[in-house]
Amino acid sequence: MIEINKLTKRYGQIEAVKNISFTVNEGEILGFLGPNGAGKSTTMNIITGYLPATEGSVKVDGFDILEEPEEVKKRIGFLPEQPPVYKDMTVSEYLKFVSDLKYVPKSKQKAQLDDIMELCGITDHVGRLIKNLSKGYRQRVGLAQSLIGNPDVLVLDEPTVGLDPKQIIEIRNLIKSLGKKHTIILSSHILPEVSAVCERVVIINKGEIAAVDTPENLSKGLNSASRLTATIAGPQNQVSKLINDIYGVKYNEVLGKPNKDTLTYVIESDKEIDVRRPLFFAMAKAGYPIIELRSMDMTLEDIFLKVTTVEEGVH
Amino acid sequence: MWAVYKKELNSYFHSPVAYVLIGLFVLLTAIFFYPYVLSLFGDFTPVLSTMGFILLFIVPILTMRILAEDRKNGTEVLLLTSPTSLTKIVVGKFLAAYTVFGIMTAVTFVFPIILSFYGGPISPQLIGAYVGFLLLGASFISFGVFSSSLTENQIIAAVIGFVGLMIMLLADTLAPAVGGFLGKVLGWISLMTRYNDFYNGILGLGPIVYYLTFTGVFIFLTIRVIERRRWSQG
Repeated sequence: MIEINKLTKRYGQIEAVKNISFTVNEGEILGFLGPNGAGKSTTMNIITGYLPATEGSVKVDGFDILEEPEEVKKRIGFLPEQPPVYKDMTVSEYLKFVSDLKYVPKSKQKAQLDDIMELCGITDHVGRLIKNLSKGYRQRVGLAQSLIGNPDVLVLDEPTVGLDPKQIIEIRNLIKSLGKKHTIILSSHILPEVSAVCERVVIINKGEIAAVDTPENLSKGLNSASRLTATIAGPQNQVSKLINDIYGVKYNEVLGKPNKDTLTYVIESDKEIDVRRPLFFAMAKAGYPIIELRSMDMTLEDIFLKVTTVEEGVH
Repeated sequence: MWAVYKKELNSYFHSPVAYVLIGLFVLLTAIFFYPYVLSLFGDFTPVLSTMGFILLFIVPILTMRILAEDRKNGTEVLLLTSPTSLTKIVVGKFLAAYTVFGIMTAVTFVFPIILSFYGGPISPQLIGAYVGFLLLGASFISFGVFSSSLTENQIIAAVIGFVGLMIMLLADTLAPAVGGFLGKVLGWISLMTRYNDFYNGILGLGPIVYYLTFTGVFIFLTIRVIERRRWSQG
């Protein structure tokens, strides 16, 4: 659906995006992840035709953004970082204006707008001036705007910024449901969001792609060991020795300060070996009760930091 | 194009801007109209020349926000990523401003109508002068739209528009003083010289083509400025 080929964007001497390539398949929700200033917004601006690329090409549905911009723009709904709303218009005036701008036939406008407003939960606010709306509602109006004309592709630049937790969940669910009919590119620097919504993740750092994979695979691939935290009551040196004796344990270390007679240990072991059972029996035999046992799966946050700091090391 | 046109026109009339500017323009015209009526024989045509001068102050205010505001509020992204082409967007905006100007001009036609009741005829010369005024207005507004595309600050856009138009208005006064090639150039950009033909009753093809070309060139330059910025901006 979207093919991005060797895309480079230079602002004078600064390379904001360096030679990145990836494709987005039809009906996919792709997460675009990176720290602030990594080039996410620049890439999205290029895909939507707001900025031209210095080098490389973007094709949407086979149409090149530079050669046939209008064909591409017809197929894309864009929500930029700042919702592009006119503050002195009411919600319905604004959405009607966008419908005209996107050449939605007059006869279909009303039905389409009603659906979209219902979907975005702004039906009760149609008559209000946009400047009187809260940030969350402006964001919804921005999202509604991107849905007008029923484009195949949605490009959403940080769609949940500035929303309260309840709204974030609502918008995420909305995006998920939209993903059934649309191809979506979603940028974010909030990791749980990406892992909750997206099928595939592109991690971008300093203008370069650091990783492309599903959230699960990223989590697996970078996890060369599995880690546990265990809170155990007992003398430190003996417990530590017992843990190390378990087959598969690489090392353990104490985390934090002792709480009464208990200590928290971080235990790292080979990925394939589950040490929880042997740990339980070893401690039970020695008479040191395990108060708490948790597995520490690598979160997307850890992966993100790992990937982006590895990049840092290269430079 | 009509979506942008309608939206711009609405935003003129939803805010006090259009009313204030139309009111101010008509008021100033009326002030100049009054002594003419006293001193001349009920001819409105000379007032139109003064109205051209009043436009110098009105047009930059009318056009200052037309593109600068979109850039500042981030709504430019919406316009530029929509399937409507940039040319249509700029032309739509120009036409909206021009419509407000047209309404202003139409309102001033009340004065010659009042005069006609008291024996001042609506002469072909007056009609010619109005045609000239409408063409002059198109040139002014195209320059105003152009200056609004140069910056995201409305005040700066208005100042650029005002200074630019001032130079063009004074060009024919300056031209003989400067002389030489520069003098010729000044003569060329002088908007007023050609306008004088109209209100002297000469409806020549030359001035008409001149004003239309002037308008077209500045609309084209506006589009180029926006395109150029997209390629270079950070």
